[in-house]
Amino acid sequence: MVVMKMKFPFQKRVKLAQGLWLLSWCATVAGATTFTLGCILKTELRRRAEVMDNQDIHIVPNTLMIVGLASLGINYFASKICQDALDAGRFPRWKNFLKPYFAVSCFFTVLMLLAVIMSYAMKGSLESSLKAGLRNGIRFYKDTDTPGRCFQKQNIDRLQMEFQCCGNNDFRDWFEVQWISNRYLDFSSKEVKDRIKSNVDGRYLVDGVPFSCCNPSSPRPCIQYQLTNNSAHYNYDYQTEELNIYLRGCREALVNYYMGLMNTIGAGVLSIFLLQGSVLVSLRLLQTAMEAVAGKENTEIETEGYLLEKGVKETIMEYLDPVLKFFLLKNQVEEGSAAATTAATPTPT
Amino acid sequence: MAVGKVTFTKVEREKLAEVLCLLNWISVVTGTILFGLGLFLRVEIQKWQEVMSEQGILYVPHMLITTGLAACCINFFGGKICLDCADTNKFLRWKLVMMPYIICTFFFTSCILAGALMCYGIRSQMEESLFMGLRNAMRYYKDTDTPGRCNLKRTVDLLQIQFQCCGNTGYRDWFQIQWISSRYLDMSSSAVVDRMRSNVEGKYLMDGVPFSCCSTFSPWPCIQHHLSTSSTQDEQSRQLNLWRRGCRQALLDHYTGIMQSIGLTVLLIWLFELLVLTGVRYLQTAMENVLRLGDPESESDGWFLENSLAETARSNFNIIKNLGKCYQVDDDPNINVPTAAAEEELPSHFIPETRTKT
Repeated sequence: MVVMKMKFPFQKRVKLAQGLWLLSWCATVAGATTFTLGCILKTELRRRAEVMDNQDIHIVPNTLMIVGLASLGINYFASKICQDALDAGRFPRWKNFLKPYFAVSCFFTVLMLLAVIMSYAMKGSLESSLKAGLRNGIRFYKDTDTPGRCFQKQNIDRLQMEFQCCGNNDFRDWFEVQWISNRYLDFSSKEVKDRIKSNVDGRYLVDGVPFSCCNPSSPRPCIQYQLTNNSAHYNYDYQTEELNIYLRGCREALVNYYMGLMNTIGAGVLSIFLLQGSVLVSLRLLQTAMEAVAGKENTEIETEGYLLEKGVKETIMEYLDPVLKFFLLKNQVEEGSAAATTAATPTPT
Repeated sequence: MAVGKVTFTKVEREKLAEVLCLLNWISVVTGTILFGLGLFLRVEIQKWQEVMSEQGILYVPHMLITTGLAACCINFFGGKICLDCADTNKFLRWKLVMMPYIICTFFFTSCILAGALMCYGIRSQMEESLFMGLRNAMRYYKDTDTPGRCNLKRTVDLLQIQFQCCGNTGYRDWFQIQWISSRYLDMSSSAVVDRMRSNVEGKYLMDGVPFSCCSTFSPWPCIQHHLSTSSTQDEQSRQLNLWRRGCRQALLDHYTGIMQSIGLTVLLIWLFELLVLTGVRYLQTAMENVLRLGDPESESDGWFLENSLAETARSNFNIIKNLGKCYQVDDDPNINVPTAAAEEELPSHFIPETRTKT
């Protein structure tokens, strides 16, 4: 049962070859674009690497870069093949090359689709990575004298100002952490001593946030300390106040930013996938149409082109058989010898 | 005695025309670059226009934009002319236009030079404008409910965060103005009332700065208030806590940097235009001399000025002086001008012989 059989008169074959040549050069440019998009995404992810706990999400840009490079090679060969296709003398030299070529091309094209699916599927992984990373960042905010953590304060401040966010889930995360280092607390002051004593772990907790949470769009000067104490500030109600500090959490802000970036990139890569797929389909049709011409004296006859000679399942089994045979080689030999002995034993009886 | 005389053969003339055509097209590209630079400068100045007191600074980018457009048009036209100049027959079409074209190009080339010099010279005017503008912006920082000024707080905060600066000259500028609006001051509190009474003008002054002055590079949480009486840090460490630079200096450095690079590019473009103008002048004079000699195949001279600089200046001055006069009394013999000489008797030896005979 042949898949997608089409008739190709001589003129149509010529047109197909010409169109395919143009299409393959477009697909080469598209492959370079995929590589660039992968690089951009990787750079953006690396910029905020300090607030990410693991690097799992990097599989998406890495896959895009690999696929981009591979499609450059695939489309280069596609253009060369279709250039030689109409020349009956030069086409046969590609004969042995085409079967592995199609296998590899299909693999990388499917990989492109997988990269797009992964970029949507890995949202949860990104979110948990950011949650852990931001929690550590806030915890180590005060440790500007500890090697390895001295830049956490600067990174968190810059992050909060750039993404207009505060804390992990929201600004209340700052209430649970001592973000003012002991070096800057006056231990002779009664107020400081009382506050430290009232906490179980001996931490100096305040209901205040760092200055980087302040919103410049607020009409009043920023209220950073005693946020939940309405009487400490004139004409202030913390439950209705919206503009004073950023109310959004940094995790939500970063996830939205990266998902937006990956959606845009995903849409572009999806259209490149369709382009690449059409190149491969056209090349397959051209190949089968030209193979029917081989050996004939009149090269201008009408031939049939098809996508797959047998059905989809049978074709996949055909490709996988050599692979399976290689891995199951030992079992085949054992089965063979067992069959031989069982065949041999009945005869004497 | 011509200035800068060079002899051109026919082949050399044609080559000159081709090269000039190419250079004119390149000049169109540099004209668009000039236009782009003017546009970029305008956008940059408009970003922080709220903290500048006068809008006169905008004449620099406007000058660059207009000269850029003029450069595109003039050099496009020049490219067409030079293409035709290789052939003496086609040159006849453009003969009368060439001189005005060259004068026009000279004028606009000097405009480019003026634009470049303006970029370097505007620094002092900008400093003055920024000083006044920042002072006003800080004064109206608290007026977030006054129409026309409600965005100044946000602008100043973003400016201080982005340029990493505080105040006009330094952070102490904030001590001299009331930057907390009276709407957010508890007038029933004795501390507030005392503070306002202690000031001559009734302003609520404090030794504190807005949050946007806080430095992200500081290793400790930002101390914004009680800056003069802070006991936990000394003067040096207090300075680390806030941005040390004044915003006037920061903005001035930013704009001076941009304008110096733009000025340098414009100077290079001016030199290029001068080169093109010189080439066109030589081509024009060479072609005119060929026509004067009559033989299109012969060699001709091209020069910068026909006579020396002094004589050319004198002749041009005379032309301009005589432009106002309708006719010239001394030169034209055909005009019937009634003068005393016409009524004089001619001396006897001028009387023709026919008279003596009768």
